[in-house]
Amino acid sequence: MLKVKNINTYYGKVHALKNISLHLGEGEIVALIGANGAGKTTMLNTLSGVTPASSGSINFLGESITGLAPDRIVKNGVSQVPEGRQVFKGLTVADNLELGAYLRFCSRESKDAIRRDMGHIYELFPRLEERRKQMAGTLSGGEQQMLAIGRALMAKPKLLLLDEPSMGLAPLVVQEIFTVIERLRRDEGTTIMLVEQNAKAALKMADRGYVLETGKVILEGPAAELLENREVQRAYLGKDKKEIWER
Amino acid sequence: MACLKQRNMGLSDQIAQYLVSGLSTGAIYALIGIGFAIIYNGTEIINFAQGEMVMLGGMFTLFGLDVLKLPLPVAILMAVTLTTLSGVLFERLTIRPLKSPTPLSLVIITIGGSILIRGIAMLVGGKDTHAIPAFSGSDPLSIGSATILPQHLWIFALTVIAIVLNKLFFQYSITGKAMRACAANRRAAGLVGIDVRRMVLFSFAISAGLGSLAGIIVAPLTMTSYDVGVMLGLKGFCAAIIGGLSGGLGTVLGGLLLGVLESLGAGLISSGYKDAIAFIILLLILFIRPQGLFSRAQTERV
Repeated sequence: MLKVKNINTYYGKVHALKNISLHLGEGEIVALIGANGAGKTTMLNTLSGVTPASSGSINFLGESITGLAPDRIVKNGVSQVPEGRQVFKGLTVADNLELGAYLRFCSRESKDAIRRDMGHIYELFPRLEERRKQMAGTLSGGEQQMLAIGRALMAKPKLLLLDEPSMGLAPLVVQEIFTVIERLRRDEGTTIMLVEQNAKAALKMADRGYVLETGKVILEGPAAELLENREVQRAYLGKDKKEIWER
Repeated sequence: MACLKQRNMGLSDQIAQYLVSGLSTGAIYALIGIGFAIIYNGTEIINFAQGEMVMLGGMFTLFGLDVLKLPLPVAILMAVTLTTLSGVLFERLTIRPLKSPTPLSLVIITIGGSILIRGIAMLVGGKDTHAIPAFSGSDPLSIGSATILPQHLWIFALTVIAIVLNKLFFQYSITGKAMRACAANRRAAGLVGIDVRRMVLFSFAISAGLGSLAGIIVAPLTMTSYDVGVMLGLKGFCAAIIGGLSGGLGTVLGGLLLGVLESLGAGLISSGYKDAIAFIILLLILFIRPQGLFSRAQTERV
C-alpha cells in the first residue's frame, strides 16, 4: 500500500531522516518507535508533505505522492493526527469535525454522507457529541486527542498516521483511545502508522514495527519479535539491564 | 443665565452633529479595518496596500460613471468586482511568488505595491480630485437636533449589511470556517486538506472587496483622488489596532470610536488636529494595550 524508498529529509542543516525505507500493507498497524529526536515525527511529516524529502520516493497505492503539498496528500487518502493534537481551538467541536471533511465538501459530496460520518465519530467518541457546541480549546487533553482523531477520520483516509496519541494523557484515557484505534482497524480496515514513545503499548497493538535511532531504521520486524528483542527491551521498554541479564 | 442656557443647547446640538458624522466616518474605518484584520489573521501580514483598494473602489466607480456612462448601481458593482480582482492580482503578483518570506519582507512589499498602485492610478486618472454623486440626493434630513445626509444613511446601511454578511460567511460557510482554521493553526489546516494558499488568496479578495465598498460609499462625501487611500488606509489600520486585529466586533467598535473621537476633536478643539488624534490613539494603544482595547490578553482572532 505504502512504499517509502531511501528518503532523506533535512531540517535546515540537520539531516533528520537518513535513507529510510519502509512499507505498509493494507490493513496493517505498524508502529514507529524510538527515542526523542529519532525522527519519528519527521517521518510522518515527510509522508504528509509538511517537511518534504530532499531525495527518495514515496508511493501510495501505486501512485507517487513524493513532494506533493499537504492538502494534495490528504486528497490521496493519507491523513495525519499531528503531535499535540493541534485542534482548531477557536472553533467548535462540530466545526473541527466538519473541517476534517473539507475536501469532501469541495468535491461536492452529499452533505448527508458527511453528516452520517460525523454521527459515526460521535459514536466512537460519545464525549465529543456532548461537547459538540463547545470551543475545541476548552476540551481536556484526552478529548482534544479524540477530536483530532475524529477530524482526521472525517476525511475517510485509507492510511491514518498517528503521532503520539498517548502523549500527556492519563492511562485510562490512553486505553480508551487505543481501543478505538484497534476498533478502526477491525471494523473498517483502516491502515495505521503509529508513532509512540510508549513503545510497549504500541508494539502490543501493532503487527509490525520499525525502530528509529538518529534518523535511521536500526531494527524492523514483527511487533511480537521486537517486544522480545533485548536491545528494544533495554532501550525502549524501560526494562532494567539486570532484569534482562538475569533471564 | 438665559444666554448660558442658549449656548449649552447649541453645544449639545453640535455634539449630536459631530456624533452623526463621526459614526459615519467610523463605519468607513471599520470596513477598511476589517480588511486589515482578515489578511492579518490569515497571513500575519499587515497589508499596507489595503488603502489603495479603497482608492480603487472610488476611482473605478468614477471610471464607470464618466467614461463608460454606466448608471450608478452598475458602476458600483463593476468597481467592487474590479477591485476584488485587483486584490487577487496583487496577491498573485506580490505575495505568492515569494519562496520563504518573512512577515517583515511581506509588509515592505505591500508598501511597495501600494506606491505602485497609487502611481498607476495617478498616471491613468490624473491628479485631480473628483466627485461622485450622492446615491440618493443631498437634501439633509433632520433627526432630533442633528441633520443627517442621505449618504450617511447609505453608509450606515451598507456597512451593516457588509459586516453582517462577512460575519455570516466566516461563521457558517465551510470556506469561511476553513479560513478561520488557517488563522488558528496553519499547519493543521494543511493536514486536514485545506489549501492554505488559496485561503490567503480569498482573504485578499474579501479585504479588497470590503475596502472598495468603503471607498465607494464615502466618495460622495469626501471626493476621491489617486491618493485618498493613504490616509483612509492608515485610519482603517488604526481601527483594526484598537480592535486588537479582530475580524469582527472589536474592529467595528474600534472604527466607530476612532471616527467619533476624531470628529469631536476636530469640532471642539480644532479641525487641524483631526488626523493627529487618530495617530495619538494608535500610539497609545500600541504602547499600553497592544492586544487591542476590547480583547483580553490572549484571545482567538478572526
